[in-house]
Amino acid sequence: MKLFPMPFHSLLLFVVWLLLNNSISAGHMVLAAFFAIAIPLLVNGMRDEHPKILKPWLAIRYVLMVMKDILTANVEVALLIVGPIKKLEPGFVAVPINISSDLGITVLASTVSLTPGTVSAEVSKDKAWLYIHALHLDNEAELIESIKQRYEKPIKEIFGC
Amino acid sequence: MLSWTILIVAVCICVALILNLWRLMKGPTISDRILALDTMYINAIALILLYGIYVKSALYFEAALLIAMLGFVSTAALCKYLLRGDIIE
Amino acid sequence: MPLYLEIIICVSLLIGGAFLLVGSYGLIRLPDIYMRLHSPTKASTLGITGVLLASMVFQSHLKGFLSIQELLITLFLLITAPVAANMIAKTALHQRTKPLDKTKNQELIETARDREVPKPPQD
Repeated sequence: MKLFPMPFHSLLLFVVWLLLNNSISAGHMVLAAFFAIAIPLLVNGMRDEHPKILKPWLAIRYVLMVMKDILTANVEVALLIVGPIKKLEPGFVAVPINISSDLGITVLASTVSLTPGTVSAEVSKDKAWLYIHALHLDNEAELIESIKQRYEKPIKEIFGC
Repeated sequence: MLSWTILIVAVCICVALILNLWRLMKGPTISDRILALDTMYINAIALILLYGIYVKSALYFEAALLIAMLGFVSTAALCKYLLRGDIIE
Repeated sequence: MPLYLEIIICVSLLIGGAFLLVGSYGLIRLPDIYMRLHSPTKASTLGITGVLLASMVFQSHLKGFLSIQELLITLFLLITAPVAANMIAKTALHQRTKPLDKTKNQELIETARDREVPKPPQD
């Protein structure tokens, strides 16, 4: 039996326990290490198969890129909200997606929701189409292309699916 | 300077809460009301953290964390209920 | 408290408060539910991040060591905000809420509601 069946989750548990107690004293370190080892061993049998993160460095770069996009998105949307709303042209868009795993689709949909002017609304049953609503839709093809290039491609590479 | 800033920001957040309350009352659909509640709990977290800065206490962090967790769960539960008429599938 | 810390706290608090206010103002101002979804998910996320940043700096100063536990709330809200927005959008679709008249591609609402594949455009 492996000591760390879910290494990423173990690390997360360790860090979250220390953050919750806001302390790095030896006692909390030991307790956090105990949780980080014991909880994954307990729950490992209950979870569904998820694809592994194949390229951690690309994942970190992706997170940083999304952070930057969130900042610009917030300012952009705030300006749209206080600006003239008569000029806004909202619209629905169906984006074809090419990711097979549920986790990848979830990450893509969340990223789309957090980035400029788009909110993901629904995924079709065959997991091939993502329905999104755009606050200001002026060029549909360009929006689809930017989502595919900017977000879908790195996610496909990170999870390898 | 800090006490004045806290006052200004508190007024901002209170106005935001009143705007949320107006949307909660007005509707018109039930999803609008859920959205108003969702925004309301985010504003409440901000107000509690601000109060924590005002009274120079670290105790309010836990309250904010609890509101964040319960707020998300209640939004999810309300939406699930409206989607299927059943909270637990 | 040193002046530079006070300035950092004040600036991030003001930014946070302004974005929270804009997010709630959008909730009132925008005309239909699908558009209203945008303002809380985006503006409020940045607003709460600003307030949390101020709180983080202040608590670190108060306790005398780097206190980054406020990051937990930021992280939690960053993960849950898109999920909540997605669920509210689903609810609105499920209830067949009418969008604004000038919304483009309204025919997608029915297919999205039933989670079907979008039909090719008929000419």
